[in-house]
Amino acid sequence: MTNPAAGSPDLSLAVAGIRLQNPVMVASGTFGYGPEFAELIDLNRLGAIVVKGISIEPEKGNPTPRMLEVPGGLLNAIGLQNPGFEKFVAEYMPFLRGLRIPLIVNIWGRTIEQYGNLAARFDAVPGVSALEINISCPNIKQGGLTFGSDPRLAAAVISAVRKSTRLPIIPKLPPNTSDMPALARAAEDAGANAISLVNSFPAMAIDIRTRRPILANITGGLSGPAIHTIAVKLVWEAAKAVRVPIIAMGGIAGPEEAIEFLIAGASAVAVGTANFTDPATALRVIEGIRGYLAENGIPSVRDLVGSLRLT
Amino acid sequence: MHLENASVTQHRPVAGAYRELSFETTRIARETRPGQFVHIRVPNLGESVLRRPFSIYRADGAVISILYKEVGKGTRALARLARGDTLSALGPLGNGFPTPADGALPVLVAGGYGVAALYLLAERARSKGVLFVGGSGRQDLLCAGDFEKLGWQVVAATEDGSQGFKGRVTGALDEWVKSGLGNRTPEFFVCGPMGLLRAMADRAKALNVRAWLSMDRHMGCGVGACLACVQRIRLPSPPGAWKWARICRDGPVFEAGDILWDDREDG
Repeated sequence: MTNPAAGSPDLSLAVAGIRLQNPVMVASGTFGYGPEFAELIDLNRLGAIVVKGISIEPEKGNPTPRMLEVPGGLLNAIGLQNPGFEKFVAEYMPFLRGLRIPLIVNIWGRTIEQYGNLAARFDAVPGVSALEINISCPNIKQGGLTFGSDPRLAAAVISAVRKSTRLPIIPKLPPNTSDMPALARAAEDAGANAISLVNSFPAMAIDIRTRRPILANITGGLSGPAIHTIAVKLVWEAAKAVRVPIIAMGGIAGPEEAIEFLIAGASAVAVGTANFTDPATALRVIEGIRGYLAENGIPSVRDLVGSLRLT
Repeated sequence: MHLENASVTQHRPVAGAYRELSFETTRIARETRPGQFVHIRVPNLGESVLRRPFSIYRADGAVISILYKEVGKGTRALARLARGDTLSALGPLGNGFPTPADGALPVLVAGGYGVAALYLLAERARSKGVLFVGGSGRQDLLCAGDFEKLGWQVVAATEDGSQGFKGRVTGALDEWVKSGLGNRTPEFFVCGPMGLLRAMADRAKALNVRAWLSMDRHMGCGVGACLACVQRIRLPSPPGAWKWARICRDGPVFEAGDILWDDREDG
């Protein structure tokens, strides 16, 4: 935030060593690589942009249908389609470097070695502020969720990435764990600088006329308002368990859900599915947080983080 | 591409269960080209997270309109809108149809409300052509009069024979082709159900002419970010090579010969 008016709440804070003008990001996979939305909103007003997951090689992703709207959310099984590291750097980094906000690149691999290798490559790419490590995608057969749902495997991936880059690293954890504090601690101990919570929930829908799964991938990930309250609980549990900051996502449709996450203990939030409903959601969330802080006489968003009252 | 709050200016029945919804969206209306679409946030659809894409039927001054019929919860909510209500419109989206080639005879082929995607093309085309419009009965033959007013020849087909040719619209088209194209080369512009698109792709191949197909698919973001509405498109080489194209951003119109049809996809 440049030169806030006197008395105006301070939305700025640092997460994983990255200075953010406000705590509102756009979540990986829901915002493409940035140019897709550039005609519609001023990207420079965002806290940060988290681009869609990148792998070393190009990835074709899943067959169609890939998405289904369900009550309170949507199911998707895109399958991490992406142009691969080289094409991403050549085609999108010039645009992304032109932005004045931090860029967080989401990366994924099918093996631990691929994660480390890709992190090392991004280490040499100017303009990248941090890496979000996707160890929780429900839509690929190898890797993805299998890494994230086991604390030991998650730690192995995070350690490999830690050794390969000087960039801040932010593992994105899955929601379907029986022990979120343990998973979050494993991520922190393995060298995470922050933790993203949560990815979409593994889910499934069936067409009862044909008795076939609706998504070509059979299962998908559920996101949107339907998952919000579950995400709040997981964020609250993780925030109590670790010292590193939490970036929370899951069903943010307006300022209220974002504020809930901050109170639960998240230092920043990311808007996902709601980008499809209204591309200006993140901007509305930023202004809503500012208004909430002003109304409640809270000078800084940092004072709101983890301010949950239990008594 | 603009995100605008639009005010409903008119909402009228067209034929049968079809309605035309008109709304004022100055910037979208000004930039609309034939075959583009608008992604609408349907008001009073609280639990719904996705917008709904509609072909832009007319664009006149500051007003655009869409044609629809109630098929699900989105269109049912749309049907409750009245003059003066507002909705959020994102558009114009997609690439739309190319300008008909000089020297070719533009032949528009529509199934049901697919006709909505074709009207602006006829209105703005330099030369007049033929519209083939089909449906299950006469209640599905929308807007044929609009095209006649523009001076276009209209050939109707109904499966129940209640108007025009009895059978599918492709049957009417086959008869017309058999009756002799003379020295004219048709160029097809098609919008309708997946079966019609595939049937027209086959005919274009047999006749060795171009066919531009507008694909209707469930969409997520509408701007090319989410990669939900993708379509396999042939690459020139090597044989069998393909890539995903985003229907919302790279389409919704594709040349028939470029499309790699997927048998799982039933539209």
